[in-house]
Amino acid sequence: MKALTWHGAKDVRIDTVDDPEIINPRDAIIKITSTAICGSDLHLYDGVIPGVKPGDVLGHEFMGEVVDTGKDSTLRKGQRVVVPFTIACGGCFHCKMQQYSACDNSNPAEKQDMSATLYGQPMSGLFGYSHLTGGYSGGQAEYVRVPFSDVGPIVVPDHLEDEKVLFLSDILPTGWMGAENADIQPDDTVAVWGCGPVGLFAIQSAIVMGAAKVIAIDHYPHRLELARKLGAEIINFRTSNVREALMEMSGGIGVDSVIDAVGMESHGFAVDNMIDVVKQKVGIGADRASALKQAILAVRFGGKVSIPGVYGGMVDKWPLGAMMEKGLQIRGGQTHVQKYTKSLLAKIEDGTLDTTFLISHRLPLSEAPRGYKNFKEEQDTWTKVVLKPGLEKAA
Amino acid sequence: MYRNKSAAGTALGIGIAVAGVALGSILSLKSGKRRPSDDAPGFTARRGFGDYSVVGRTVTIRKPRAELFTFWRDFTNLAQFMENLERIEVDDVVAGSATWYIKAPAGRTMAVKTQVAREEPGKLIAWRSVDESDIDTEGRVTFEDAPGERGTRVSLIIAYKPPLGEAGRAVAKLALREPEIQARHDLKRLKMLMEAGEIATSARTAAQTRAAKQERAA
Repeated sequence: MKALTWHGAKDVRIDTVDDPEIINPRDAIIKITSTAICGSDLHLYDGVIPGVKPGDVLGHEFMGEVVDTGKDSTLRKGQRVVVPFTIACGGCFHCKMQQYSACDNSNPAEKQDMSATLYGQPMSGLFGYSHLTGGYSGGQAEYVRVPFSDVGPIVVPDHLEDEKVLFLSDILPTGWMGAENADIQPDDTVAVWGCGPVGLFAIQSAIVMGAAKVIAIDHYPHRLELARKLGAEIINFRTSNVREALMEMSGGIGVDSVIDAVGMESHGFAVDNMIDVVKQKVGIGADRASALKQAILAVRFGGKVSIPGVYGGMVDKWPLGAMMEKGLQIRGGQTHVQKYTKSLLAKIEDGTLDTTFLISHRLPLSEAPRGYKNFKEEQDTWTKVVLKPGLEKAA
Repeated sequence: MYRNKSAAGTALGIGIAVAGVALGSILSLKSGKRRPSDDAPGFTARRGFGDYSVVGRTVTIRKPRAELFTFWRDFTNLAQFMENLERIEVDDVVAGSATWYIKAPAGRTMAVKTQVAREEPGKLIAWRSVDESDIDTEGRVTFEDAPGERGTRVSLIIAYKPPLGEAGRAVAKLALREPEIQARHDLKRLKMLMEAGEIATSARTAAQTRAAKQERAA
């Protein structure tokens, strides 16, 4: 089959690789109809995540048609499914608490050591996201092997086209959980850093959850305009003093909740000395750290800090004093996608949530490398790229 | 400890199957006359254990204690999750005597004969090698109820004399065959097998699984 494979920093290609097969009883094979490039794929593209090997198939936002099933799969051939990017067994301690992204059993045993060393306990398995999280082949391909297919994939009704439901795989639940982790109360003012897909969905979710006011912070005019259309007030950090503006816009109290949907690519998965190396090479570490630092200072005493943005290593100059003295609640975590798919699908069906506004580009799978390049370099206008393996045949 | 050099060499291939220190000394770390300085498991001690390495690891498995005990006590099941174990042949079910065929480097197989040294149904199985075994080895697995709905805490303790001393241990570690690493991975596989009914693999094709690769390498 054709698949988007990683070969090094800024080097992704379409290669022909072996078709996936059923290996374990609960597996299913999905024929991909739509798959997206995620902002976190850019961390891989930039080569800042360790444990990626040449030839690895990327992609963790995907959906398609069931074409083969293992004997313990509950799926049937021909069903249309969206697949969560988090691989979860459904039966372990964490899964039983709906903490699916902390599943004990989805990261192969021999792959758990590195993240266990970094974090104290191992990460769970994720699709197409380095060998730190299992080394699973991703969905930017014609076919994908999906483990635990009786737990993860959600069957979607035929009348909802791909683009309406594709983002259930990651960014919609991630934005939603980002807002949920901000513990939004009806009178709250919520500030969201970053108007990428996750930030925009967090804004939308915060509004649905009843926030009195949502303030979006970014510097890309087009992305800020999308945030405004969703109902947010906007701050362009290139032209305004963000902390001063937030104090004023929250009536001098400070915002009740802050959501960091930026993440800190330059720090990646790295230990102290690595950070310095990366910082020297890339030279943007301090800038990117400032978003979360700014959020900690902008939030009010007793406020709530939610971090859906991806972090991996350590950070310099953390405002620990502010965190303690202000009595902040801080929540992060990879998204427990399986917990949210059903309720969010219902919100898509009844029109509460729309996700299609985000898509700026649709490309055949063969043009995925161009999609990566432009998603990286033209962030203002390339807001979301959807790859369609079927487009080739149609053309 | 080892009868000859070649036996010591093949010992590099041993996973959690093999241990080589008196079980009594392991047990004494917890319940001996010497009062322990704290409540941490003995094997987490910073001090050394002389010529021996002591390996211990605990996993919590969401299954009843009796079920896990029964699964383990049928030693033929162990090869399902112990990667370096080719198979176990049970010679006498009641006495618990068995021969463990362990994968060693360069495609060789090594036979370790053990018998059950102590057994408390539902709680503990301890085994040690018999005289005619290639290696002198002992180990112990315990099963303890975890709080609430969490299932069972399974603790495995093995002790072994590193083959060829520290150098041998370093080489084995490089090959990921060091017992501590192997024990950690094997217990995770047991947990997967019991909780998920299958052992996770990220392979895309059947030919890319670890088992298939090891078979080709052998």
